[in-house]
Amino acid sequence: MRSSSTRACDGALAIGPRTGDAPARPGRRETAATEAHRAIEAIWRIESARLIAGLARVVGDIGTAEELAQDALVAALEQWPAAGVPERPGAWLMGTAKHLAIDLIRRRKTLERKHEEIGRDVERAQEGLDLDTAIDDEVGDDLLGLIFTACHPVLSKDARVALTLRVLGGLTTEEIARGFLVPVSTIAQRIVRARRTLAEAHVRFEVPGGAERVARLASVLEVIYLIFNEGYSATAGKDWVRPALCEDALRLGRILAELAPAEPEVHGLVALMEIQASRLGARVGPSGEPVLLLDQDRARWDRLLIRRGLAALERAERLGGALGPYALQAAIAACHARAPTAADTDWRRIVALYDAVVQLAPSPVVELNRAVAVGMAFGPAAGLELADALVAEPSLKSYHLLPAVRGDLLRKLGRSEEARAEFERGASLTENLRERELMQRRAAECAADGMAG
Amino acid sequence: MRVLIMAKEGNQSEAATPPTPEAMAEYQKFDQELVKAGVVLEAGRLHPSSQGKRVRFDGKKRTVIDGPFTETKELVAGYWLWQVRSIDEALEWLKRAPYDGGTFEIREVVEYEGM
Repeated sequence: MRSSSTRACDGALAIGPRTGDAPARPGRRETAATEAHRAIEAIWRIESARLIAGLARVVGDIGTAEELAQDALVAALEQWPAAGVPERPGAWLMGTAKHLAIDLIRRRKTLERKHEEIGRDVERAQEGLDLDTAIDDEVGDDLLGLIFTACHPVLSKDARVALTLRVLGGLTTEEIARGFLVPVSTIAQRIVRARRTLAEAHVRFEVPGGAERVARLASVLEVIYLIFNEGYSATAGKDWVRPALCEDALRLGRILAELAPAEPEVHGLVALMEIQASRLGARVGPSGEPVLLLDQDRARWDRLLIRRGLAALERAERLGGALGPYALQAAIAACHARAPTAADTDWRRIVALYDAVVQLAPSPVVELNRAVAVGMAFGPAAGLELADALVAEPSLKSYHLLPAVRGDLLRKLGRSEEARAEFERGASLTENLRERELMQRRAAECAADGMAG
Repeated sequence: MRVLIMAKEGNQSEAATPPTPEAMAEYQKFDQELVKAGVVLEAGRLHPSSQGKRVRFDGKKRTVIDGPFTETKELVAGYWLWQVRSIDEALEWLKRAPYDGGTFEIREVVEYEGM
């Protein structure tokens, strides 16, 4: 019954102002319609998460909530271009969606009465009839519930990412697809499947508590950091960085920090992302090539983001207890941020911080980073010994940064020929064009060393 | 994108009396909403222009001009630095600000040069 309208409005924001109806000569009406459409798009971005969250609490699942919110959006697209944007557009959307929700609940209730079933849905429907107070309540918990649901571990990582950007970030399917360089249909399918999985697993719309909350929060943080990282060092494509994705992730992190201010790791993740993002402008050279951390012009680092990152790290530390993996990584990023020049970097402290990360969240990638830090603090031979130990690690078998790190350490030890082979191997392993070029250049430099030596 | 909002509050910019507690509460509520939405990067208010200075450049010559400045309508009383996805989003947020006078200017900040 609802699916046809959903299909019609899924792309509602992507089709642009309905130029098909417009006269050939641009007139005042068309301008007004275009303006209204742009305003609707912006209002959707601002309101959609709250709208979906408020509705999800009442109807119990985010799939239905999203459909209701989309139906309200379609109503806005139909009415605002002619009638003008209402004074309180958010309230208008909520009011419209609320009426649609009441209709839906009444229909469900009638159906349930017919079947003479008494279940949780009926209870919820009865609660739902007092929608005016229910939806207008404090939205903070609803938003948190929305984040936890969109990042539910029952979903694949890809599905969590797509759903989070869609329902919390207010991004369209097209925008998500563009961000991740995959076809629109792939993202659309991921979202449809994610909704189905949540429904089939009977995932309740709620903020989990106790031990479950810890695990579920970890999943939320992972999703946000995945989005950030895809923007920070794109795994594919011709651009090495895609700042828009970093900004989306940062915004999600900042929202989460306000919703869950007592969670130190949320501030830790925000700190990590703010400090890493401060280098975005310095990470890319004039022709789009990657510039590595120690070669960056530190004058180009964004002082505002560094300051915000250090403040977030302080917030995490003030909450007490041992730092979690994100806060520790933020503390490492902070070491770089505080060093006026690359030579001033406190590598021993960075090694100590990596030791702590290894204790808490051991992973081959962290070990590799630690090897780099050890190489800087205690010399390339010590670093290489650690990096060599990772060669047998199955999960790093096709990880391009392992040969890149080994190549770097080998070259510092004067073993140019081995270094060249490593950089070439690294170049063959990355899908990112810019990164491949960088490693090919480094391989060529090693070859030149060899000839000079 | 990042946008700078310059609050040109008109006569209020130079007012010696602070806003009423009710008005302050309104501003704070709005500001809180912006922070919760992850929009605000930075915000600040400026002292009246009577405490300000201007430096005029003319070739090698520098002339210092003391405040207060006369073009009240153009005086900035406060600023925000916002992270938004479009100018339209900034416009929609700004329209919700609890002000009843003045002109607020939205300007996009140049970022990621050469990217």
